[in-house]
Amino acid sequence: MVQQAEKTATKGGRPRIHESADELRHAHYLMVMIRRFEEKAFEMYTRAKIGGYCHLNIGEEAAVVGAVMPMRENDWIISYYREHGHILARGTEPAAVMAELYGRETGVAGGRGGSMHLFDAERRFLGGYGIVGGQMPLAIGTGLSSKYRQTDEVTLCFTADGATNIGSFHESMNMIGLWKLPVVMYLVNNQYGMGTAVARASAITDLWRKADGYGIPSERVDGMDFFAVKRAMEQARERAARGDGPSLVESNTYRYRGHSVADAGRSYRTAEEIQEWRERDPIGQFEKVVLEAGLLSEDDFHENELAADRVVGEAVEFADQSPQPALDTLYEHLYVADS
Amino acid sequence: MPELTYREALREALREEMQRDDRVILMGEEVGSFGGSYKVSQGLVEEFGDRRIIDTPIAEEGIIGAGIGAAMTGLRPVCEIMTINFLLVGIDQLVNNAAKIPYMFNGHARVPLVVRTPSGAGHQLSCQHSQVLEVWCAYVPGMYVVAPGTPADAKGMLKTAIRDDNPILFVENVLLYNESGEVPAGEHLVPLGQAVVRRKGSDVTLVTYSRMVGVTLQAAERLAGDGIDAEVVDLRSLRPLDIETVLGSVRKTNRAAFVEEGWRSYGVGAEIAAQIQELAFDDLDHPVERIAGKEVPLPYATNLEAAATPSVDGIVERVTGMVEGRRPVAASA
Repeated sequence: MVQQAEKTATKGGRPRIHESADELRHAHYLMVMIRRFEEKAFEMYTRAKIGGYCHLNIGEEAAVVGAVMPMRENDWIISYYREHGHILARGTEPAAVMAELYGRETGVAGGRGGSMHLFDAERRFLGGYGIVGGQMPLAIGTGLSSKYRQTDEVTLCFTADGATNIGSFHESMNMIGLWKLPVVMYLVNNQYGMGTAVARASAITDLWRKADGYGIPSERVDGMDFFAVKRAMEQARERAARGDGPSLVESNTYRYRGHSVADAGRSYRTAEEIQEWRERDPIGQFEKVVLEAGLLSEDDFHENELAADRVVGEAVEFADQSPQPALDTLYEHLYVADS
Repeated sequence: MPELTYREALREALREEMQRDDRVILMGEEVGSFGGSYKVSQGLVEEFGDRRIIDTPIAEEGIIGAGIGAAMTGLRPVCEIMTINFLLVGIDQLVNNAAKIPYMFNGHARVPLVVRTPSGAGHQLSCQHSQVLEVWCAYVPGMYVVAPGTPADAKGMLKTAIRDDNPILFVENVLLYNESGEVPAGEHLVPLGQAVVRRKGSDVTLVTYSRMVGVTLQAAERLAGDGIDAEVVDLRSLRPLDIETVLGSVRKTNRAAFVEEGWRSYGVGAEIAAQIQELAFDDLDHPVERIAGKEVPLPYATNLEAAATPSVDGIVERVTGMVEGRRPVAASA
């Protein structure tokens, strides 16, 4: 019988910090770099260097980094299309990610996938999917595979508020719960599915409670609070790794920008609401906490900002100078030949 | 040579491949102690255990997605979809994930997945359980669609499909499961993407696949009695498509018809006819014809069902007309 974990919404009480200064510095760097990267992606999109769809994680930095950091090297990560921050948090080189957004052959997917289809086999980042909810059934398989091969691998499956209403959520949650698979279903609730507020799309707004229907323990955390996210995800990961099955963590966060670069995000949200969330900025909160705890300094922050600027600038240069894929590679990797 | 049913041939293939490679698992509805809805997997859970023969909930999107995720992370899953009618529930996973992952991730991932499913009508299974939909998947670059028409091919092609690293829709047939035929024992492998001439002839090429192979061969015997010598080509594979074998036959006979159980408009025959007239135009004495299921959902009443399905009589009548130079008429509705 699966025990239901106590479900509490975190109220902002600070968990004890167990991370070293180095780990905190790295977490801060990742969040700052992701924000810089996304802001640069926006700029480059308006300059037509990036085309198609471009969905940004600005505002979600703690929700992203806090979730990815606890994952080990042998864990699998499955994501959706708002994923630049996800793969960057995993450690993939920003230059290769930017090159993919630019559609160049040096991109993580050779320019075939673009923004929504990032991949890093070495880091077990399995994509990058454009159909809402289409990535979740894959987590049934990776969980099944991890268990079958008798490993302690865990799957981190990103999903989001809008996707909790589509059929694949229910099939996936049921099979993951039924088979007690080592999956952490990480539900990024950024309050809107495109232009539709959660309350207008979902019969219940406490999305974490949907896990009850599948016997999966769940909780909601403050997704603007790096430490709240990380603690919840450490525990969820540990639970799965020791064979106690899946969990769902709903992470309450916000995207400052629109659904994609093409959406200003103002026709369905008020300026006041956006400002309210900005006042809870994840990077600002993190800095305040670690400063007060005497673990990092303003100099550390500044160093990270400079490093992030440099890395993102180099990424843009690299992408800009990379060639597009050769035309004669159009049919490559369509099939595996002579397997 | 041993005689096996199509069902037994599939089971033998599954057993041999599972014995050979521990990464091969079978998952689907009722594949375990029920033995499979069409009894293909009967006995397998007793032999391999429920770790490798996995009963799933009724969740086709979950089943296929699970197969894809497992295939991406070291396993070689076989997913059984009870009938192709139910494939639609999970077709997003097959088309948008399985067929796209290797390409859009630039070869950094593979999906060595086989999705097995029977297509075609049974007896009075009615409109929603009698469809022939594999052409929808044959349309999609990035996956293979194969359809054995004999027990020997069922075994040989399933073994090959399981060893292949591409995502493959393996199309069986509801009414073929009971058909018997000679099946080589042991390591019998049939390559995918290769058509085969089932009956040599000189007057007309009849191209077909799956259950219609047997029906067309029967029609060819009747036609032979009427002095019409038909060559019957079994495609065996829709993608990759072996058009060369078809063209070689048409260049010899100068007349061709495609026989399929599914609907005519936008069916498999549409593709074959297009390719024949593109690539062997000057060898044709007559338009390429399509003999197909009537363009209605397949109804329940036995007489309506029979009338809507290609029959030996129907094929004989159409082919006789072709040889007599009667031009085809437009598709109805």
